[in-house]
Amino acid sequence: MKHWIAFWNILTKDFRTYYLKPPNISWGLIFPLAWTGMFFIRSGRGMESISSILPGVTALSILFGTTSLLAVTVTFEKKNRSFERLLLAPIPLELLMLAKTSGAILFGVVNAFVPVLMAAFLVDLGHVNWLVFIPAVVLISVASTFLGLFIAVAVSEVFEAQTFSNFFRFPMIFLCGLFFPISALPVFLKPLAYALPLTYGADMLHGAIHGGNIMSVPLNLAILAAFCAGLFMVSLRNIRRRWIA
Amino acid sequence: MKTENDIAIKVQGLAKRFGDVQAVTAVDFEVNTGELFGFLGPNGAGKTTTINMLTGLARPDAGTIHIGGIDCTRRPRAAQHLIGVVPDESNLYPELSGFDNLGFCAALYGMGKAERQARAKELLEAFDLTKAAGRRFGGYSKGMKRRLTIAAGIIHRPRILFLDEPTTGIDVASARQLRQLIGDLHKNGTTIFLTTHYIEEAERLCDRIAFIMSGRIVRIDTVANLVQPIREKHVMQITFANGVNDLSDRLAEEFPGLNFTSPEPGLIQVEADAPIRVGPLVRFLEDRGAEVAEARRIRPSLEDVFVRITGVGADVMRKEKEKSGGNQ
Repeated sequence: MKHWIAFWNILTKDFRTYYLKPPNISWGLIFPLAWTGMFFIRSGRGMESISSILPGVTALSILFGTTSLLAVTVTFEKKNRSFERLLLAPIPLELLMLAKTSGAILFGVVNAFVPVLMAAFLVDLGHVNWLVFIPAVVLISVASTFLGLFIAVAVSEVFEAQTFSNFFRFPMIFLCGLFFPISALPVFLKPLAYALPLTYGADMLHGAIHGGNIMSVPLNLAILAAFCAGLFMVSLRNIRRRWIA
Repeated sequence: MKTENDIAIKVQGLAKRFGDVQAVTAVDFEVNTGELFGFLGPNGAGKTTTINMLTGLARPDAGTIHIGGIDCTRRPRAAQHLIGVVPDESNLYPELSGFDNLGFCAALYGMGKAERQARAKELLEAFDLTKAAGRRFGGYSKGMKRRLTIAAGIIHRPRILFLDEPTTGIDVASARQLRQLIGDLHKNGTTIFLTTHYIEEAERLCDRIAFIMSGRIVRIDTVANLVQPIREKHVMQITFANGVNDLSDRLAEEFPGLNFTSPEPGLIQVEADAPIRVGPLVRFLEDRGAEVAEARRIRPSLEDVFVRITGVGADVMRKEKEKSGGNQ
């Protein structure tokens, strides 16, 4: 019970101090809006293009929202040493880091539904398989957040967090099959595409919105969950090695 | 014979290396329950590295740490509920109010809402911060920040409190108030591990003191035992009103039972095992053109002991204080 009091308070404190701040709310709204607008204009096909660009915009909203915020907030707290206060608390490191990342995960999920809500006003989303879409959104959010954690542990300055995030994010956007099918990628890039967590999330989103996923939903879920667990474990190991060294 | 309950902290063979630098080497000490233990040394001596290892923020390369009887080498986070830590820099959340900061810190220790609100109010009152409770921590003065940081460190009523440079960089009045608070905590039975490079502060507050130098403990004893041998010495300082050449050598020839040093220009320090007769000394100096402005007996302090043991001059310590924003 005592651990959960700590967990809940870390989560609510992060929401108050970071995620519910006007700049971050506007980032969560404007960023997906800008992506949607950009791809909508680029497609030139009118309203019918909305559902085809929805998986990409949803995934990007999650990816950018979670990695940016988590990497920056954790690096900021590490820099001003308030993170030490958390490390001194009598709670297991695993629970502490889950508390720190839960806010970003929720922020990612909320971000994902911004383009979905916008699309719902413009086109009929009755054909979307929500039982696949929602788990995909949650797992992409978890994987992206843990990627942000991995980045935060690897850097020491806030600006480094942003630069290092882009090192992962941009290749992932173009290789994960959101905008170009993986089958259309050069042969030497295909293995790389399958080494990215977003590939499996994107496949699930494509499948949920307009069918035609490459891999089965359980396989995608399993691989994405394995990525989440792997990134979290590696981040915890790095925290122990770098921050409690 | 001490029992496990009598010892709050037990450290044996502690060592830590950062790259090529051996920060801490073979450190051994015990802190008794309820004791105010001072850990003194110049900057870079290994004070913060040691405190980080004791509090679980760093892993020792070698050695063992027992806190409240718990083996923290094997279970590094198992004693966290017993300890409170006040770091050398305030590390609370600048965007939260004083009250919310304390409430958040209390929640980290699993305290329920009603309990943490009551405790936060109690500490804000005790630390004279009630009026500032609703203000953002980022807007507090340095002294207020230090007070709230100490309040956050004791929010869960820890049995052992680690205070790292508590009065560094704050004004004289706030430092005095903080020393009073530390003294009160000690009286209430809290074991306190205090690191500082304000030697006079340690002398005033601590029961026992360890001197650390280049990562090694060079001496541990009670303040009384540390100062005792040097207090048996008779020390006098003679200040000159005019510029004179260094007369130490000629004085040593004339007064073989006395030991003369010149810590700074225009000043001679005389040490002896017996009372020093001022008259012959002053006459000797004035016959050689020196204008004696003042001759006064000095009561040796812990700072003199520190200088003797570590070889670090008082001026070095003073510069460190100034560099770190000390204002005492």
